[in-house]
Amino acid sequence: MRDMIKMVVVLTVLSSLSGGLLAAIKNSTEDRIEGQVLQFVQGPAILKIMEGASNDPISDRFTITAGDEQTNFFVGKYNGTPKVVAFETNAAGYGGPVGIMVAFDVETNKIKSIGVTTHNETPGVGSLVEKDENFKKQFVGLDVTFEPKVNKDGGSIIAMSGATVTSRAVTAAVRKAQVFYEQHQSEIKDKAKSFTG
Amino acid sequence: MAKTISQEFIKGLWTEIPPFRLVLGLCPALAVTKSVENGIGMGLATTFVLLCSNLLVSLLRNIIPPKIRIACFIIIIATFVTVVELMMQAYTYPLYQALGIFIPLIVVNCIVLGRAEAFAFKNPIFPSVADGLGIGVGFTLALGALGAVRELLGSGTLLGHAMFGPGFQPFAFMVEAPGAFVSLGLMLCFMNMLGKR
Repeated sequence: MRDMIKMVVVLTVLSSLSGGLLAAIKNSTEDRIEGQVLQFVQGPAILKIMEGASNDPISDRFTITAGDEQTNFFVGKYNGTPKVVAFETNAAGYGGPVGIMVAFDVETNKIKSIGVTTHNETPGVGSLVEKDENFKKQFVGLDVTFEPKVNKDGGSIIAMSGATVTSRAVTAAVRKAQVFYEQHQSEIKDKAKSFTG
Repeated sequence: MAKTISQEFIKGLWTEIPPFRLVLGLCPALAVTKSVENGIGMGLATTFVLLCSNLLVSLLRNIIPPKIRIACFIIIIATFVTVVELMMQAYTYPLYQALGIFIPLIVVNCIVLGRAEAFAFKNPIFPSVADGLGIGVGFTLALGALGAVRELLGSGTLLGHAMFGPGFQPFAFMVEAPGAFVSLGLMLCFMNMLGKR
């Protein structure tokens, strides 16, 4: 019986100490990890779609809470005024969610540019979305109210050959971004303006 | 039994070097050694876990009831692995992305559990630390060497620097999975030939 108690006590104490240590480390590294994810996962896409911005769009960011989800918005300044906001949405592709960073021009409410952040699409087919600039260019300049559709669904977006599912996912993600932008337009613009100067 | 502390350290570098002499830990050795950097990163992460788990297991060897020792080892090892994982996420994110699932899999690396069970649980603190450090450094060197061979032949680079000039046609087979088996096999064979003399 004493053996039993000792075993229980040892395991309990060991597990709780371990839990405590991990919680402490998790807490103290959380911010840094978030920063690293921004820099290495979303960062390259953000910098690419905000080419020519005079600020660092990764550090000039704000969040908007809708429901219980928080979305990060990145602000791009051109000639000193915050002109572009970008945020990430995703939609189901062939091999899991496809993450798309969509940048809107806050003055015209048109899409400025889109970029791919994460995907798990078939290498050589859907994965080409990463590099296929001509496909992505089709979204540039679309008004926030215009719903894009791929050509197979009767729309004007020409899907990447052999990768209709991925093309649809990108289109759906862009649509989600448009809807979100439209709904939160005033909040987004107010917050973006606070980066003036 | 009367080995000195330095002997405990040295044995990990030659007579018991994993994965060549102590043929354990083959899974990470095969999977992550596409480049020197990945190999050494994996080795250092494993060294840290080995060092800490050996230290703690040895410290607690009179407290832990033998019947539940494995459970205790796993808690200790898993804790340190999670610490490593969080730290890598926070400070070396690209390496974390490259090593991926193999960082959490250090928990089930036979080397770590093997040293806890076979050495640290039966020996005082200093020899256990020396043993952990020796095996860890040996593992790092081995993975680094394997990574060097594969990177040199498979991509024509060493630590990312081109080694052969533009005319070199990379032997892509070496950075694929079969190349890992072939190069590990050849290195094992080479080590055995050297050891026979």
